[in-house]
Amino acid sequence: MFADIFERRKNGTTGSGNGALIELTGIRKVYDMGTVQVEALRGVDLTVRPGEFASVVGPSGSGKSTLMNIVGCLDTPSGGSYRLKDEEVGGFSLDRLAEVRNRRIGFVFQNFNLLAQLTAFENVELPLLFAGMATRQRRERTERVLADVGLADRMKHKPTELSGGQMQRVAIARALACQPDLLLADEPTGNLDSTSGRDILHVFEELWEAGHTLLVITHDPAIAQRAPRTVTMQDGLIVGDERRAA
Amino acid sequence: MGTLGVILRLFRSAAKIQRKRMTMTVMAITWGTISIVLLLSFGEGLRRSMTTGWAGLGSGICIIWPGETSKPYAGFPPGREIRLVAEDVDLVVAAIDEIDAATGEMRGRPQLSVGRVSVNKQVIGVHTAYGELRNHQAAPGGRFINELDMRLKRRVIFLGDELATTLFGEAEPVGQSVLVNQTPFLVIGVMAKKKQMGMYGGPDADHAVVPLTTFQAIYGRRFLSNLVYRSTTPEQMVAATRRFHEVLGAKYKFDATDERAMYEWDTVKTQQIGRNIMIGVELFLGIIGGLTLLIGGVGVANIMYAVVRHRTREIAIQMAIGARRAFVMGALVVEATALTFVGGGIGIGVGVGLVELLAFIQSKVDNEAMQFLGQPTFSLPVALITVLLLGALGLAAGFFPARRAVAVHPAQVLRYE
Repeated sequence: MFADIFERRKNGTTGSGNGALIELTGIRKVYDMGTVQVEALRGVDLTVRPGEFASVVGPSGSGKSTLMNIVGCLDTPSGGSYRLKDEEVGGFSLDRLAEVRNRRIGFVFQNFNLLAQLTAFENVELPLLFAGMATRQRRERTERVLADVGLADRMKHKPTELSGGQMQRVAIARALACQPDLLLADEPTGNLDSTSGRDILHVFEELWEAGHTLLVITHDPAIAQRAPRTVTMQDGLIVGDERRAA
Repeated sequence: MGTLGVILRLFRSAAKIQRKRMTMTVMAITWGTISIVLLLSFGEGLRRSMTTGWAGLGSGICIIWPGETSKPYAGFPPGREIRLVAEDVDLVVAAIDEIDAATGEMRGRPQLSVGRVSVNKQVIGVHTAYGELRNHQAAPGGRFINELDMRLKRRVIFLGDELATTLFGEAEPVGQSVLVNQTPFLVIGVMAKKKQMGMYGGPDADHAVVPLTTFQAIYGRRFLSNLVYRSTTPEQMVAATRRFHEVLGAKYKFDATDERAMYEWDTVKTQQIGRNIMIGVELFLGIIGGLTLLIGGVGVANIMYAVVRHRTREIAIQMAIGARRAFVMGALVVEATALTFVGGGIGIGVGVGLVELLAFIQSKVDNEAMQFLGQPTFSLPVALITVLLLGALGLAAGFFPARRAVAVHPAQVLRYE
């Protein structure tokens, strides 16, 4: 159901160079906890091509979320190189990073992170507002994206009036509103019951089939099994990277 | 739902989460604004009172007293008295371009009597220019000494307003006679009441003036007590005074640089000093008011810090989905400025009300000290300074908390529940 709206090209027609969407080389991240320095990432290399659906698995504290935050430009690495569509992100200004988060990367959080005082419609509309889209276009887009995640009849509801699954669908709609190159999700089903979780997994599958690039952190074996690529992390390093035929 | 609506909805929560603290802060801003409005208005009133007070002495004039030479000159030893005569007045007006008008003064202290009232008061023989130079305006129904009085050596007298009351009580003095040392003089005018700050030889209100020619004819005096001149413009006063010394130095043979030959009081200089002092006073009042207002501003900044802390997560979410720093900061700054202007608006309203009330009370009170303080005046500069201060305060009170709000990477906030 996404194909008609998000005209994504499945195979690397976007970008130039080697065709990789994301290219991480030797990414390190050190948290300075006062007296102790915690090395969350110890040199991560990862390449994601357009149209890929990869799950990231690993025990708690293995650096999955840290990696995701860096890929999502929510945080900056302590060392290494991050190229997004052949552009080195390391040199971007804060406002440029905001633009990347706004237009090129959609982020879905475990705890949804919706703004409680806004309706579902307004939550989805917000990134479009930040992008400076004209009012009429913005409304059309918001309605369409919400309809796509099956929430056409819940637009005027506040997050507190929605179920967990519905909230996560609003969050996905928000992440997709600006038609990003990449959708990141950090434990998207972690706070959901199994039914809602399956629901969300289904949404992800449809997105992938429509040509989206997805990178999903999960503990949920269902998602890990459905993703054609599984990246395994441990102690701040990638210890496994398997691809299966879809 | 318009763009503005969403933005307002995102940022309106300060009022909700900090209601009590916000009320207090708005009150602090209001109080600060009232203080600054009152203080500046008092300063303005005092300055205006000073200006009119100076005008009472006369604007842009220089007063000369005769002196004694201190330098030898052209074969004369020092210590020679330099005394001016009535003709010198015509001489300086004719010879010095920078001098616009001049008058001589001859002072005496005769007895003045009307009926059974007898007083000894200062009577000054003057030229016609005295009226204009010394701001000696006739009250309605009277006139000042004119050329004809001078030429005919008429026995006419112009009374200071207080002296007129002393002599005539409530009766109309113009047209009546005053005996000056038993010689009858016709009252031709009474000085219009004026505020006078600078003076020499007592307040003008308690003097009487007569034509210089008449004064000379009766008392046989030759030398002037004072000579007063006005430069064409205040800026030319220094040049006028230098030329005055040169011209009279040539006539009386004294060194033009001899400061003791004649003493002068340059009121242009004095008034400039007075104005500078007033600027200092107003600045001082403004700073006190500004500091009071600043305390309110600190309150606003404090609230904004609390708001930022409260909304850390919301702000991080907004930034995570692509809000630029300017958007987040702009909204916080607008909010702080709005808070400031709400307090400021109330403060200006109350302040102006108080100023008007005080001015009204003062206009009803007949007290010299109060009169001198002047009526507090809320003028355009006062309004401008207040609004500018409020604006700057609001911006600063929003800016610093906002800068802290956007200083973190979204991940640092969103990582923790």
